Amino acid sequence: MTQTMTPPLTRANVPAVEVLSAEKVYPNGTQALRPVDLTIQQGDFVSLLGPSGCGKSTLLKMIAGLTAPSDGKLLRWRQPIARAHKSLHKLAFVFQEATLMPWHSVRRNVRLPLELEGISTTEANKRVDEVLELVGLEGFANALPRELSGGMQMRVSIARGLVVQPDLLLMDEPFGALDEITRNRLDSDLLRLWKERGLSVVFVTHSIAESVFLSERVVVMAARPGRVVEEVCIEEPYPRTDEFRLSSRFAEYSMKLQQSLLSASQDSEVRA
Amino acid sequence: MNRRTLVHMLFPVTIGVVLVAIWQYLVVAFKVPAYIVPSPWATLKTLVSNWSVLGHATLFTLEITLLSLLVATVLGVIIAFIFVQNRMIETAFFPYVVLLQVTPIVAIAPLIIIWINNTVVALTICSTLVAIFPIISNMTLGLRSVSPGLSAYFKLQNASRLQLLLRLRVPSALPNFFAALRIASGLSLIGAVVAEFVAGTGGSNTGLAYQILQAGYQLNIPLMFAALVLISAIGIGLFALMTLLSKLVIGRWHETEQEHRQ
Repeated sequence: MTQTMTPPLTRANVPAVEVLSAEKVYPNGTQALRPVDLTIQQGDFVSLLGPSGCGKSTLLKMIAGLTAPSDGKLLRWRQPIARAHKSLHKLAFVFQEATLMPWHSVRRNVRLPLELEGISTTEANKRVDEVLELVGLEGFANALPRELSGGMQMRVSIARGLVVQPDLLLMDEPFGALDEITRNRLDSDLLRLWKERGLSVVFVTHSIAESVFLSERVVVMAARPGRVVEEVCIEEPYPRTDEFRLSSRFAEYSMKLQQSLLSASQDSEVRA
Repeated sequence: MNRRTLVHMLFPVTIGVVLVAIWQYLVVAFKVPAYIVPSPWATLKTLVSNWSVLGHATLFTLEITLLSLLVATVLGVIIAFIFVQNRMIETAFFPYVVLLQVTPIVAIAPLIIIWINNTVVALTICSTLVAIFPIISNMTLGLRSVSPGLSAYFKLQNASRLQLLLRLRVPSALPNFFAALRIASGLSLIGAVVAEFVAGTGGSNTGLAYQILQAGYQLNIPLMFAALVLISAIGIGLFALMTLLSKLVIGRWHETEQEHRQ
């Protein structure tokens, strides 16, 4: 009882995300996602891995509050999603595409969330410069999105996410459209930012290798109907380097996830 | 000016000069009387000698055209803003916008001219009715064609309706807006000329259409041609102005404006 009187909302004791039997059924009866239970502590790096149609993006959008669950509940920092944006905790979402405004420079694009919040231009510019340096785009502040490569546009999108100083970063296949070399580099950069900033990251991907390299925990999902199959912990210490990609441990984890995905998809076929 | 722009200007100009030269040659060679087809040279001479009348008429037509383009743009944009705020409003009113578009202006112009005494106002209304449709429909489309990703992003940031409109919808609609402006500039000129034909007013308030009517009655074909040339000049000038405006405002970022630069 005493604890409810003075709840010390420190990062340690409040999970960033709690998914409580949340499910998604479309009005036409299609079950996009069977009830899911998932807890993500502050500072966790969790990947949602699965084939297309497994509901991983739906789950992420429910966590973001972009889609409402048809049943069940989602909490962010112990607050229902609808009210969570009033809390002091910040959330950032990085889409599959860079989704930048083509008419604005990199600086104006990154500054957008701060402008929407009404933060003064001087203060906002300072923070924009900081994050641009963080993602390695100093010197491109005045470029237009169309003048940048796909990888650089993604960096701008990540910078726009980081500039609000989020506690929780939700990423929906952010590097899916990029070539593997660029993707690997951005993955390493993401891990560095995650550690530096003490973020919680929920990362949607359909790449086994990417999920093994990045995550502490991989949530394996399957399609028809969309569901969570199992959670696999990747017990490899950080910082993870390119050597990890070449190690036998990496191969073992990959194989384990591959098997899990395979048996789940066979299950789906039997059911169908 | 780089070589490409030069080519872009040189080609049409060369073709124009060649066509005019052929026209001049044919008229002279076959001794075509001026009351059937005047030569370009005769047209030019008439244009210069009648400049006091024609210049005045040009200014009048230009005034009606610009006034109606302005009114059509402002009204059209406001109507489009209202339409995108609520689907119900659009569903309820859009059929009437279409009605406005499909009713021939020639058919309702006499009514408007009877109702409204002031010639300038009456002509401007007629011409606005012609020019407003592309503004409304293109602008509505433009305000709606926002990238779904960006609009999801704005929603995530809890952006207000006004922020969404000003920061996302309006810039997204600019390419459509300028396309509409180019169409509307031509239509407002057509509207001005057609309305004046119907009004047929004399006195000091007369434009190029009235000059064409008068020249027709008098079989003064060179004068008719001179007036026609001036109408075309206004049309081309307006179109060029709108294209330039579009380049200046959205040329830096919009793809369709990039083609000529590659």
